[in-house]
Amino acid sequence: MTSAPFASAPPGSGFTTPELQRYSRHLILPEVGLEGQGRLKASRVLLIGVGGLGSPAALYLAAAGVGTLGLVDFDVVDLTNLQRQVLHGTADVGRPKLDSATDRIRDVNPHVHLERFDTPLTTGNAREIARDFDLIVDGTDNFPTRYLVNQVSVLLGKPNVYGSIFRFEGQASVFAHPAGPCYQCLFPEPPPPGLVPSCAEGGVLGVLPGIVGTVQATEAIKLLLGVGQPLIGTLLLIDTLRMRFRSLRVRKDPSCPLCGTREIRELTAVGAACGTTDPASEGESPGRVREVDARELQKLLGRGQEIQVLDVRERFEWEIGAISGARHCPLGQWPAAVEGLDPAVETILYCKGGTRSRQAAAMLADRGFQRVGNLTGGILAWWRDIDGEAPRY
Amino acid sequence: MTVTVHLPTVLAALADGRSELAGSGDTVGAVVEHLADTWPRLAPRLRDGDGAPYPFVTYYLNDEDVRFADGFATPVRDGDELVLVPAIAGG
Repeated sequence: MTSAPFASAPPGSGFTTPELQRYSRHLILPEVGLEGQGRLKASRVLLIGVGGLGSPAALYLAAAGVGTLGLVDFDVVDLTNLQRQVLHGTADVGRPKLDSATDRIRDVNPHVHLERFDTPLTTGNAREIARDFDLIVDGTDNFPTRYLVNQVSVLLGKPNVYGSIFRFEGQASVFAHPAGPCYQCLFPEPPPPGLVPSCAEGGVLGVLPGIVGTVQATEAIKLLLGVGQPLIGTLLLIDTLRMRFRSLRVRKDPSCPLCGTREIRELTAVGAACGTTDPASEGESPGRVREVDARELQKLLGRGQEIQVLDVRERFEWEIGAISGARHCPLGQWPAAVEGLDPAVETILYCKGGTRSRQAAAMLADRGFQRVGNLTGGILAWWRDIDGEAPRY
Repeated sequence: MTVTVHLPTVLAALADGRSELAGSGDTVGAVVEHLADTWPRLAPRLRDGDGAPYPFVTYYLNDEDVRFADGFATPVRDGDELVLVPAIAGG
């Protein structure tokens, strides 16, 4: 162990002696030094979301000595968050995430100034919130907010340090840098609701946001210091099952309406809410599939008329609990799982939150089923509205 | 032409869990159609009903985005690698 490089703060450095000790391992890096550490202290980083990605990003940016962190989140800590959202602890369940994040970050580094935004990011507030920050770290969990973060980054000329995760795989890049492409260059439009399940439905390896969020923190620090080669124009793909990392080139699209032709000058909502954990915000079904709420399904079941209820979840989910009378047809075993069903009988499908079953319902309609319904909000809505005693996950 | 196609795990689940598939065809689009025929459950995740690429699934041929070549009409050669990158939103 070596001692701190300074016995006392040099005059004019702007750091106190405890700060110099705290950052000593940075100060002895030639790429950081006193000047770089001063640059970090003068920096302002906005974190959109303090969940899976925002947790490690906030912890490391705070520990590194970024002077001001802006935190945007309106969520409350849930027990299901704790498997990966390491900013929050067991005692925080039920507290606003901003409160537990503030406590934890202040303990990690009391020299960091926090600015809290207890609100969803919207087209109405994004400019105002982001205006005074140097860069934005995208730790959101849904497509509309990702497109909004990218828009505000491009329109305000601030780098968008991007990270995204699903199951065992992650993506990271730096978008909206003047020298490179934006998120919309890579993915011009989001997928329609229902095609891609959310993390709440598809699952996510708990440590994955730890990897991707720390990549984002690393990229943010490199950009602030002006060192190394940030992921500008490079998409990093992370596959944790095979532990492979792949770098792909992302080109700036001259026809991108946001950063290419610059037709988009004002913040615009892109895509319906999907990939979110809130069933009420999920999109509508295609016309061939009827949305059925939990109370209507209860009535249909109570009438004793002929109806098929299909649970399309995985086996472990089915074993936690199912709707009485439902038939287990896990999506992984389609189409074999639905062979032998009568296409003339009214068929209602459900999953955990309503997204996978909506996709499955459309597939049944394609196979000639005449009356297909999707349980809006999935079994979570059923448990909430009908069967409050059931175990849940 | 035989091309190695790399799928993310979320799509590999629709191809018997295989994340590396052999696809054949003279163009990226032909390889995609070959995969769609071989793995029907994968088909709607690869391209739209008209066989056109989605704006939320990006195809990389040997680490270059095919949209900056000729899209699905981009020719492929034996041994090429095609990587599917779907938009994901989890955080």
